[in-house]
Amino acid sequence: MTPEAKHLEVILDTHVESVNLAEEMCLRVAEAVGFSEDECYRIGMSVREGVINAFHYGNQEKPSKKIHLALDLTQEKMIIHVMDEGKGFRLEDVPDPLAEENLLSTSGRGIFLMRTFMDEFNVVPGRTGGAEIIMSKKFPAGGKASTNGNHGSTNSDTAPRQQA
Amino acid sequence: MPALYMTTREVGPVTILDLSGRISLGEGSALLRKTIRELLDGGQAKILLNLGDVNYIDSSGIGELVSAFTAVRNRSGELKLLNLTKKVHDLLQITKLFTVFDVYNDEPTAVRSYQ
Repeated sequence: MTPEAKHLEVILDTHVESVNLAEEMCLRVAEAVGFSEDECYRIGMSVREGVINAFHYGNQEKPSKKIHLALDLTQEKMIIHVMDEGKGFRLEDVPDPLAEENLLSTSGRGIFLMRTFMDEFNVVPGRTGGAEIIMSKKFPAGGKASTNGNHGSTNSDTAPRQQA
Repeated sequence: MPALYMTTREVGPVTILDLSGRISLGEGSALLRKTIRELLDGGQAKILLNLGDVNYIDSSGIGELVSAFTAVRNRSGELKLLNLTKKVHDLLQITKLFTVFDVYNDEPTAVRSYQ
């Protein structure tokens, strides 16, 4: 990643291997900008869960659909967007995995993990008609964690870049 | 990223699965599911998962552990966990599953707990 790079976007196939690919890609960026090992773990896990969500729930594992992954580096934080081509969902409709009746559920913990591990988390309607997960992690106190210069500040919050 | 590796051994009435690597979406979760199913089909329902070398579990892996736990319980058996790494321990705590699973830090105590 060069000092000028502020935005990275890839389109992934709806395939289980895309989950690992997305995680590895974001981990490399997170490491490059200086996040600690623990924070990299949380970022990697969150990206993984976001892409699993798009792969399984959003795109219903249909190979004809794509998963859109984007990273933005601002002065303050790393912002991650994961967009699917499904029907979208509302956060308030997602069951609480910590509720007694859901503790033994075999699914439904991905959103919870992303919310727990990231500093900011939201789901909005994506430009593809599906859901867009937007989450961010602030750089460590004392300034941006970049090892390679100024990334500028083109995005200062987790608002979607485009909405349907 | 390393996959999940697993070996099986018997200690008294207990089958211990020594796992290492990642329990995550894909092969890791599938291997665990297949192994548990085979053990249950073979009549073995006292199962101890040694997670000492498992350094990563995602939500699919958590789901697989829960699925294994309920499958074994439905056969009147017990599935317990041994040697959690800090990451896995923390993950089970924040998901409130630490209170669901019987967790041990040493193998002899874990094995005795089945009797």
